[in-house]
Amino acid sequence: MGFDIRLPIGMMFSVFGVLVGGYGAATRGSEMYTRHSLGINVNLWWGIVMLMFGAGMLLLARRGALAARAADKTLKDHVVK
Amino acid sequence: MRPHPHWIDYSVIGIYFTFVLGIGFVLKKYMKTSSDFFLSGRSIPAWITGLAFLSANLGAQEVIGMGASGAKYGIMTSHFYWVGAIPAMVFVGLFMMPFYYGSRARSVPEYLKLRFDEKTRGLNAISFAVMTVFSSGVSMYAMGKLLQLLLGWNFNAAILVSALIVLAYTFLGGLTSAIYNEVLQFFLIVIGFIPLVFLGLKDVGGWGGLKTRLANDAMVHSWKYLGSPSANPMGVEWFSMLMGLGFVLSFGYWCTDFLVVQRAMAADSMTSARRTPLIAAFPKMLFPFLVILPGMIAGVVAAKSMSSDVSTDVPAKTGSAVVSQRAASGGISLEGGKGIIPAKLDESGKPLIKGGKVVLDYDLATPMMLVRYFPSGLLGLGLCALMASFMSGMAGNTTAFNTVWTYDIYQSYINKTASDQHYLWMGRAATVFGLAIAVAAAYVARQFNNIMDVLQLVFAFVNAPLFATFLLGMFWKRATGNGAFCGLLGGTAAAAVHHGLTLPAGSAPGVKGGFLGLVVHRYPSEMAQNFWTAIFAWTTCFTVTIIVSLLTKPRPDGELKGLVYALTDRPKDVGLSWYQKPVVLAVVVLTALVILNWIFW
Repeated sequence: MGFDIRLPIGMMFSVFGVLVGGYGAATRGSEMYTRHSLGINVNLWWGIVMLMFGAGMLLLARRGALAARAADKTLKDHVVK
Repeated sequence: MRPHPHWIDYSVIGIYFTFVLGIGFVLKKYMKTSSDFFLSGRSIPAWITGLAFLSANLGAQEVIGMGASGAKYGIMTSHFYWVGAIPAMVFVGLFMMPFYYGSRARSVPEYLKLRFDEKTRGLNAISFAVMTVFSSGVSMYAMGKLLQLLLGWNFNAAILVSALIVLAYTFLGGLTSAIYNEVLQFFLIVIGFIPLVFLGLKDVGGWGGLKTRLANDAMVHSWKYLGSPSANPMGVEWFSMLMGLGFVLSFGYWCTDFLVVQRAMAADSMTSARRTPLIAAFPKMLFPFLVILPGMIAGVVAAKSMSSDVSTDVPAKTGSAVVSQRAASGGISLEGGKGIIPAKLDESGKPLIKGGKVVLDYDLATPMMLVRYFPSGLLGLGLCALMASFMSGMAGNTTAFNTVWTYDIYQSYINKTASDQHYLWMGRAATVFGLAIAVAAAYVARQFNNIMDVLQLVFAFVNAPLFATFLLGMFWKRATGNGAFCGLLGGTAAAAVHHGLTLPAGSAPGVKGGFLGLVVHRYPSEMAQNFWTAIFAWTTCFTVTIIVSLLTKPRPDGELKGLVYALTDRPKDVGLSWYQKPVVLAVVVLTALVILNWIFW
């Protein structure tokens, strides 16, 4: 019903990925990583992971939409004939 | 030691809120009939209802409570998943969903009406409606308190803002909006907690390091110490664990609670409805690693590595996990705490001491882990995950409440013949006043903590016998409405009497039990008492239902078609690949469950 939920999920995590990953890239070597995350720039790494997850969801949503359109078209052709 | 979220953290939270509300707004135009609003038009694919089934239950009580329990009891907490959820989820999917979905009932109470009679439905609908709004209020209160303590946010603002957001998206998009957001929240919680577990485990040297640091074998085994209640920190033994938690409480919740069953009822086909809890079982099985491990780690990690945030003027005591630390910057002090779990404070702000031991505020274990390991950026994501868990629970309660209110109370007793548009309108109105009552309950809970304890106790009495009624209703066609009704009342009474006559060790008579003036048995722990209360309630309900049913007139077979096992055709899974079949999923789930239990024996 409605729309494909993978679309907003993909969008949100892509935005998170760019934002948090970008922030991580900009704060490389910051002492907050030694203080909190064992010296690992978790923002950068997890940002990349979130971006990949988001993009994957968007891809699935796109494939779903294409498949639905194709199915729709076959159905219509069928009805016309 | 209070974290100071930066613009980046607030941006992450802001973006999350935007998406949550956006989903509600976009879905508004699809809400044309009451069936769209309350049942999502029965059109949602199984993977979505499956994740929503899991997420609706994944409230804050779970994320916070399981972390707390992990800190207290260790890996034994996983029994709440492996014993207390998975078998029941498999059962409801394979054996009960055919009746819920196949009977076309719109709610769990409505199934009781179809199977038994009006009074059984009324009893269940009213107690369920009251329970959902109050538990929603209790979790709202917990959230307000937590955000206030952790971040210094305003209690009123935290409650009102989250209630308004939940209100907006459930009001606009009904059940579909709640389900869609639950899926979003599911991913957010998983993605928000994975780095926490990773960093925490890395810091303590992996599972092996955690074992060494806990220095208590009973914390790292799930079954080994269940032989006697004195051998394990929970104070329970295997029989009450299996029967009380694994059978009565777990099946009572997962198989009869409309909050979760509603998600499966929204599925697009019988097969999808049956696969819903089975799909949910896969991630559910792995959740202990996500929510219990952070709590266990919080108890053993050294607090001082975090102390550059604050001024440390007392060095850590050597040879013990107790770290003295004075927080100059306000917020939470770790003085007298264990690991990074702070002590509970009394009114004067001193650590609370009971029986010569500092009382720890275990509910802060998981939130403190977020503060400890997440730098700005990920901190926003972690806080989002925490708020998502609060909101998914709240939205789940709200959608279950507005459906039961509209169909089972309003349409059944107040206004039977209104138009569908009127019921749609009533559903939206119920969303508003349901949340309003929940907010009020949150303030009552803040003012009078004891009232909420009493209420939750009463709810436990009402819930305990439920599964006996459904089991007999679905699998014994001779069970009658009068039998079911008397059984439920008898079971609730048995729970109250059992609780009133027993006490957990170290408690005074009152809300903890023994209120009938006579204590006939003392349990080693509160949990053991709860499990046994459930066992007594279930057994009484089961017996009374059978006896009264045999004494009353049965309904003719023709009326029970599709409602009882013996009179219903077995569902056929046509057009499915073998790996999509519910039975195959169930076998895979149960095999994985055995392996997990074996690993963490």
